[in-house]
Amino acid sequence: MLNSINHHQKLLLHRSPKCLSPSPFSTFPLTLTENLPHPLTPPSKPTSQILSIRHSLLTHQLTAVEIAESYLTHLRRIEPKLKSFLHVADEEYILNEAKEIDNKISRNESVGLLAGVFVGVKDNICTGNMPSTAGSRLLEGYRPPFDATAVKKVRELGGIVVGKTNMDEFGMGSTTEGSAFQVTTNPWDASCVPGGSSGGSAAAVSARQCVVSLGSDTGGSVRQPASFCGVVGLKPTYGRVSRYGLVAYASSLDVIGCFGTSVADAGILLHAIAGHDRFDSTSSKQEVPEFKSQLTASDNFESRPLQGLRVGIIRETLEDGVDDDVASSIREAASHLEDLGCTVTEVSLPSFSLGLPAYYVLACSESSSNLSRYDGVRYGNRIAAGELTHLYGDTRAGGFGPEVKRRILMGTYALSAGYYDAYYKRAQQ
Amino acid sequence: MASLLFRGLQFRPLCIYSSSLWTKKVGVLCCASNSLQTQNVTTHEKPKKVATRNQDKTLDQLLKNYEAIIGIETHVQLSTLTKAFCGCAYNYGSEPNTDICPVCMGLPGALPVLNSKVIECAVKLGLALNCKLSLNSKFDRKQYFYPDLPKGYQISQFDVPIATSGYIDLDLPVEFGGGHRRFGITRVHMEEDAGKLLHAEDGSHSQVDLNRAGVPLLEIVSEPDMRTGIEAAEYGAELQRLVRYLGVCNGNMQEGSLRCDVNISVRPRGQDEFGTKVEIKNLNSFSAIGRAIDYEITRQVQLLSQGLANQIVQETRLWDDGAQKTVTMRKKEGLSDYRYFPEPDLPEVTLTKDYIDSIRDSLPELPELKRRRYEQMGLSMQDVLFLANDVNIAEFFDATLSKGADAKLAANWIMGDIAAYMKNEKLSITEIKLTSDELAELISSIQSGTISGKIGKEILFELIAKGGTVKGLIKEKNLVQVNSAEIEKMIDKVLAENPKQVEQYRGGKTKLQGFFAGQVMKESKGKANPGILNKILLQKLNANS
Repeated sequence: MLNSINHHQKLLLHRSPKCLSPSPFSTFPLTLTENLPHPLTPPSKPTSQILSIRHSLLTHQLTAVEIAESYLTHLRRIEPKLKSFLHVADEEYILNEAKEIDNKISRNESVGLLAGVFVGVKDNICTGNMPSTAGSRLLEGYRPPFDATAVKKVRELGGIVVGKTNMDEFGMGSTTEGSAFQVTTNPWDASCVPGGSSGGSAAAVSARQCVVSLGSDTGGSVRQPASFCGVVGLKPTYGRVSRYGLVAYASSLDVIGCFGTSVADAGILLHAIAGHDRFDSTSSKQEVPEFKSQLTASDNFESRPLQGLRVGIIRETLEDGVDDDVASSIREAASHLEDLGCTVTEVSLPSFSLGLPAYYVLACSESSSNLSRYDGVRYGNRIAAGELTHLYGDTRAGGFGPEVKRRILMGTYALSAGYYDAYYKRAQQ
Repeated sequence: MASLLFRGLQFRPLCIYSSSLWTKKVGVLCCASNSLQTQNVTTHEKPKKVATRNQDKTLDQLLKNYEAIIGIETHVQLSTLTKAFCGCAYNYGSEPNTDICPVCMGLPGALPVLNSKVIECAVKLGLALNCKLSLNSKFDRKQYFYPDLPKGYQISQFDVPIATSGYIDLDLPVEFGGGHRRFGITRVHMEEDAGKLLHAEDGSHSQVDLNRAGVPLLEIVSEPDMRTGIEAAEYGAELQRLVRYLGVCNGNMQEGSLRCDVNISVRPRGQDEFGTKVEIKNLNSFSAIGRAIDYEITRQVQLLSQGLANQIVQETRLWDDGAQKTVTMRKKEGLSDYRYFPEPDLPEVTLTKDYIDSIRDSLPELPELKRRRYEQMGLSMQDVLFLANDVNIAEFFDATLSKGADAKLAANWIMGDIAAYMKNEKLSITEIKLTSDELAELISSIQSGTISGKIGKEILFELIAKGGTVKGLIKEKNLVQVNSAEIEKMIDKVLAENPKQVEQYRGGKTKLQGFFAGQVMKESKGKANPGILNKILLQKLNANS
């Protein structure tokens, strides 16, 4: 897939998918900032692509247009096999954005931290200049009149939104096969799924079609595809990032998350989009700490830099039903943390097994409510009918996929009179 | 339906009391015809007697045996600058779909953010209705599908409304018997309004206007304490007064800022069990509320008294103002399941004691207290209601009193000449040129004898229409009342000039006093005080006899 890479592309890649095993922990330890490698030598340890690009731009070694063109060429070449994007922005738009950055740099004006960086955006996050379908036929062609706050922040920092990535319809699924439009392949193995529901975002970053991407996580939809595609996936704490512009699935669980090829990149992207938003009452008012500068190379520490930190490992996550490889990976990570100085203790969460059913009840209930607005009356694809109930019925029957219908039905049932106390209320507790 | 019933009274009297003979067919009464023939043949003489007996039983007597239980649900549209959950302004009458944004349109990804003014209005109203405020309340989603509801759910409050268990005091209008009443308030809660549907005349399509979607509402649910149409109408009127006094709503029913739905059931007096509840909608004025209730009570009483209780079904009826009757809109097939659950996009609403106290301190004097205060000034109930029930008139009245004017005199002026002018010219008290200061001045000028009452009325007209000051007008037109000494001089002059009439008077024609009084008045150019004039005149006239 990546055989005919041009010279510039080589600068930005530090590994080819075939030679590394898909271990989610291969990004340890971190190295960045001061010790950026010479552009002509592929670095042996993961770095921050975002900061590499920034360095290249500010030292005039590369222009934003050059970087954009090389990424775009690569994206297009592999896209027919990978199918990670539902919509790719116009070439003209992308190159104009890049040109703007070059102009600013040549005028010695400051550019944002994400200047020239290709960002993929999951298709359930609203972008004003591109369609946002949430992977559903019902919203095919729907173009929102506004940018999600997270997208607005990315753009304010100079990030270039290259396109909208594929996903399970309305975020319901864990393989991205639930998309109404196409199936995304796993860049590592075409017979494997990329995971879901943010499969497109994970695959795009994994295949270097973009530097970083935004996804959404309600029940693992950033973390799981990140693992499947061998990239870093970060699910922020609920409320850390504004949900304004994220097509709602389960309002009390949804978060916008970050994908990157390194923890540093995921962290930089998180820092860019985090913070209180007055358009989202559930966004946290807590200050966003300046954690970018705290991502330090482990080489710079004396031994055991995490001395004194106590980490719990949940016994129930390693018990029956968990794949042996997964269990051993977790134990490996635990021992690595111990090497870094942590005290790892096993803890028990007896109610842990109730997590999944509780999630299903809550998520389905809230989604049945959040998806009520898709009726074809004001936007979306309407199937005309002579009578109101038929309009609603036909539009939703025709526009929603089977998994979405299943969850709406379950959610409606769980909220209906006589069942609210038994299901939703109990799941909340 | 009424005509069928009537026919029943004449030809099939016994059938009325045995409802098994009647079958229901979509609200139209049919009767098995076979049994009729036999009935008619065998009871030929009886029909007439029963018919007259029924006609003798007047409606009033019937009504005395029954009791109506009435409750009212009122929706108050708050006059906040922006909508409940977004920054859109709301202007009644705007072009369709011009006051909208992603939030109130329910676009994918949009989220509600609470307008804090809504809470302020809710607390104000809750306090004014003597309610218990919930220090921790929340919003819930009320879910149903309709094209004017963009999100497919309405953000409302279900089980923890912001205010509960209050009451409202009011006085029934004097012309309807007067009387003080207290009606309970079950709850007050916050919610958002839906959009509007405009239906094409030919029924081929409907259009959705979302301007009104998201406008904040307060829903007030009363206890079923009202018993008559008048009580219900006055309850509505008092709520209107209250929201206008508080400044939370303009209370205009024609604009839809204040909407009332009535729930009514009827039961025989003495029965504990409630009758079947009927909802009435489309009430666009307080008098419509009164008339609709009266009609509905009559309708239900008539059916009950004829043993046709099963024809009263739990349903929603519309008030047809043209035909002056209620008509079936839709039958309620059990209660709707709105699948309420707490709104996850909005945090809980927490009220602190300090916040509540600061709002309580900022409340204006409310109508009930005002009425009681005016009553204590010795004004009649008629006066009290006129003055207190309009916030602007009350303000004018209070301002006049604050300048030292006598309450009764001020009341008379306002309710008399001033009200008449306002009615004729269709102006409100804030639009006339007369100020409360000048009214007070006018009253004291008359009281002190500077000008006569008659002159007072004249300059009042000028003050209302053109403005100006009392002192200024008196000076300008030289209107100062002549004093007693001058009156005496004028009387002497007139008597001297009319010796013949004096003699006639002294001879017994006492009616001539009016002639003399008129002459003196003319002499004084109307500036003589009639009372003093006549007193001195009589003295003079009777002096020598």
